[in-house]
Amino acid sequence: MDLINKNLAPLFEVFGRPVYLTQSLLSTWIVMAVLILFAIFVRIRLSSFSPVPSGFQNFIEFAVDTVDGMVKSMMGDGFGSLGGYFFSIFAFILVSNYTALLGMRPPTSDLSTTLALALSSVGIMHFLGVSRHGGRYFKEYFEPVWAFFPMHLIEELTKPISLSFRLFGNILGGVIIFELVYELFPLPLRFAIPSFLHAYFDLFVGALQAYIFTVLSMTFIRQKASAD
Amino acid sequence: MDSMAFVMGCSAIGAGLAIFASIGAGIGQGMAAGRAIESIARQPESRGTVMTTLFISCAIIETTAIYGLIISLILLMANPFVGQLQ
Repeated sequence: MDLINKNLAPLFEVFGRPVYLTQSLLSTWIVMAVLILFAIFVRIRLSSFSPVPSGFQNFIEFAVDTVDGMVKSMMGDGFGSLGGYFFSIFAFILVSNYTALLGMRPPTSDLSTTLALALSSVGIMHFLGVSRHGGRYFKEYFEPVWAFFPMHLIEELTKPISLSFRLFGNILGGVIIFELVYELFPLPLRFAIPSFLHAYFDLFVGALQAYIFTVLSMTFIRQKASAD
Repeated sequence: MDSMAFVMGCSAIGAGLAIFASIGAGIGQGMAAGRAIESIARQPESRGTVMTTLFISCAIIETTAIYGLIISLILLMANPFVGQLQ
C-alpha cells in the first residue's frame, strides 16, 4: 500500500532543508497546465464567438453565467469583480478532485494545497472587510462587549482550519478507501467493483466539495464585507 | 513488553476511538436531511433552495467527523508519540 505522498525528486533547498517534488505537486502542475491551456484555447476562440451561441460557446457562456449568478444571488451587489476568483478556485478544485479518476494523487489530498486555497479566501475576506468598513471592521471584534474578543479571535482562526481540513479530509479519505479496496479485491474484480465507488467518491464527492468550498468562501466574504 | 510495540498498539486503539466522532455527525446529518424532506413535502416549489441549504449544512456538520478522521490519520501515519521514544 502507498498511503504516503511519496517524494519523487529533490528540487531545491530552503535554509538547508530539501524541498521535494512530491506526487501531489506533480499532479498540481499537470492540473495547472491543463487549466491554463484550456483558458488560452478559450481566449483564442473568443474572437470567433457569434451573438447567437452554439455548441462550445454555449458551454462556456453557461459556466461563466452560472458562477456569476451564484455570486449575485449569494453575495448581493458589489461583489461582481470576485466572479473570476470563485470560478478559478471552483475549476481548480474540481479538476484536482477528478485527477483521482486517472490514477494520479489529487493535489487536494495534500494539506498544503487546501491550506493555501483557504488562506487566500480568508485573506480576501479580511482585506475586503478592512477596505470597505475601516474602523467598523475592528469594532465588530468587541461586540457586544469587549470580553467577547477572545471568542471572535478563535472564530477567525478556525475559519481557514475548518475550510482546509474539510476538503483535505474528504479527498484523502477517498484516496485511502481506494487503496484499501484495490488491495482487498483480486485482479479480475478490480475492474468491476471499484467503479461504483469511483462514481460516488470521485465524481459526486469531488464536485460537492468543490461547490461547498466555493459557497463557504462566498458566505465568509459576504459576512465580513457586505454593505449592510 | 517492548515499549515501541506498546505505544504503537495504543496509538492504533486511539485511532479507532477517534472515529467515534462521526457518530454525532451521522445523527446530525440524518436529522437535517429528515427536516429538509419534511419541508420539501410541505412546499415542493422550495426544493432548490432547501437542497442547496441542505448540502451546505451537511458539509458543515461533517466537519466534526473530518476532525476525528484527521486525528486518527495523524496517529496512524505521522505518529507524534513514536518520535518521543528515541
